Amino acid sequence: MTEDRKQETENRKQRDASCLFPVSCLLPSEIEAIKAEAGHYETPSAASIEALKIVQKNRGWISDESLKEIAALLGMAPAELDGVATFYNLIYRRPVGDTVVHYCNSASCWMLGAEKVRERFCERLGIELGETTKDGEFTLLPIVCLGACDHAPVVMVGESIHHDVDEQQVDRILDGKR
Amino acid sequence: MIMDMNTPLTKNIKPDRAFATLDNYLSTGGYEGLRIAIKELTPLDVQRAVKDAGLRGRGGAGFPTGLKWSFVPMGEDAPRPKYLVVNGDEMEPGAFKDRLLIERDPHQLVEGVIISAYAIEASMAYIFLRGEYHLGAQRMKQAIAEAYDRHYLGKNILGSDYSLELHVHTSAGRYICGEETALLNALEGKRANPRAKPPFPQISGLWGKPTVVNNVETLCNVPHILHYGVDWYQELGRGEDKGTKLFGASGRIKRPGLWELPMGTPIREILEVHAGGMQEGFRLRGFLPGGASTDFLLPEHLDVPMDYGAIEKAGSRIGTATMIILDDKTCPVAMVLNLEQFFAQESCGWCTPCRDGLPWVVSILQDILNGRGRMDDLDTLARHTRLLGPGNTYCALAPGAMGPLQSALKYFRADFERFIRQNTEGIGRMTTKNTKGFSLSAVEGGQ
Ligand SMILES: Cc1cc2nc3c(=O)[nH]c(=O)nc-3n(C[C@H](O)[C@H](O)[C@H](O)COP(=O)(O)O)c2cc1C
Ligand code: SF4
Ligand code: FES
Repeated sequence: MTEDRKQETENRKQRDASCLFPVSCLLPSEIEAIKAEAGHYETPSAASIEALKIVQKNRGWISDESLKEIAALLGMAPAELDGVATFYNLIYRRPVGDTVVHYCNSASCWMLGAEKVRERFCERLGIELGETTKDGEFTLLPIVCLGACDHAPVVMVGESIHHDVDEQQVDRILDGKR
Repeated sequence: MIMDMNTPLTKNIKPDRAFATLDNYLSTGGYEGLRIAIKELTPLDVQRAVKDAGLRGRGGAGFPTGLKWSFVPMGEDAPRPKYLVVNGDEMEPGAFKDRLLIERDPHQLVEGVIISAYAIEASMAYIFLRGEYHLGAQRMKQAIAEAYDRHYLGKNILGSDYSLELHVHTSAGRYICGEETALLNALEGKRANPRAKPPFPQISGLWGKPTVVNNVETLCNVPHILHYGVDWYQELGRGEDKGTKLFGASGRIKRPGLWELPMGTPIREILEVHAGGMQEGFRLRGFLPGGASTDFLLPEHLDVPMDYGAIEKAGSRIGTATMIILDDKTCPVAMVLNLEQFFAQESCGWCTPCRDGLPWVVSILQDILNGRGRMDDLDTLARHTRLLGPGNTYCALAPGAMGPLQSALKYFRADFERFIRQNTEGIGRMTTKNTKGFSLSAVEGGQ
């Protein structure tokens, strides 16, 4: 198990424990991080995106329950926060795999073979675009221009950017991850 | 050193170093501009220098930066706090210039922010970064922490009575956040729909307070103007416009990349000398000079200089000055479809022409490519370029989306018509085997 996964399991345990109490499912560490972010703005609600990202980083996605609690913490209505959450490409309101693979399908990457890259990911992972592998390891999603068009096709795996991706590199990326 | 003076923006960006550290930055005169601004000049002096230098916004619209700042209320009675916001959303397809500046020389941006904030007497500044720029966010945060340590940021900067806080805000991926008023809503934690203008942000911006929004590259010019002077800066331009600029190109060229060159460099020089020309087996069919939201230009425009006015006269915009190259083996109709899919997806949905018009444009283009087009579809598309054009929508996303479409209808009309004729004449009709949408291979070359 990697360090990340260990941490995640630990977090999950803590979370499950804290959920026995109706007060909050957010971890104290999450609440603290959100409050620190909110301190940089005129109003706490300005930290909404950062708060969603803090919680998503821990839990992979934003459940209705998380959404409600973040909203309460920031003094927002849940619907208002959901309006923000659903607006963004990188906030997931449904569960995703441990690693999200985003392939760029904007102009330069499209021109230089993004479709082949997508097809190879689909073939290797046995999923269609937008799906998650059965083992919960990978989700494949499209993304707009990643700002590296001089190295098209470009893919973002988790937080890391891969340049000049071809089918062989797709294999290397996946082999390195499994 | 002589070379460096001609490329102020990238002088610290070297192939053999990941990024310029604080020491690297200081060793080439870093934070000298700040020292001069704070110790020798008033905020209004700084505004004047930037105005006189002739710096224009590098975020796309090309608004003169000093002039933009001059609308901010100044002096004792001005509403406070005032804000400076850096636009680092960079999500337009084809654009990859701000990332270089953010990742490879973060202190240059920090210094630019501090001087510019001083010029408008802002006490708080935010760097708004797109969510995918993880490395950029990390480098910026580190540079900011170092700047605080050195008293370039925080209370009483360099012993003066000027104070400034600077914070990095990372977004979560949405192109419309780059529109400056949508960006302000995003920073306030709201759904990022644009705001009505007027009031302009300089009068009523973040939380209703005076705010300036500037592009990353724009602000990176500022330290050098202060350090080396207005005359030196003006000398850098080759034509009408002043200073240097990052120019980029992607597509089927030999050396896709970015180059810092004088404003007014002819397009031909960028594409043929710096980008090395087209890849073997490909010919230049056209190009979007400033990213996805600009009108196509043709090989006949290669000798146009990259100046705001000259590109406009040729029928397009300099935009981000990062070109997307259309080669002769890529179908222009399919390329336009790809671009319009982007705009349709990224429309914020606030106003009807854009929210409903863009998906319609996409579906017509799909029909044409799939052999279900009719000649009057071209009229419908042309009508859309007017309905979604300047003045008819709440923000500039929709007019930007119409740029490539209207120019493609003008320059590549025969390609559209060939697909449509294949339908009405029933010969060589496109197969629609791929029901999940067209595939590139099915339409490549338009055969
Ligand atoms: C849809 C849309 C997206 C935009 N995206 C960006 C962007 O990512 N970065 C940017 O600097 N300007 C972007 N702009 C332009 C900004 O609205 C604004 O003009 C610019 O940030 C001003 O900075 P400047 O004067 O320094 O160029 C965008 C505009 C529109 C309409
Ligand atoms: S033009 Fe499009 S992006 Fe701009 S406000 Fe209207 S719907 Fe939103
Ligand atoms: S188009 Fe894919 S990174 Fe820009």
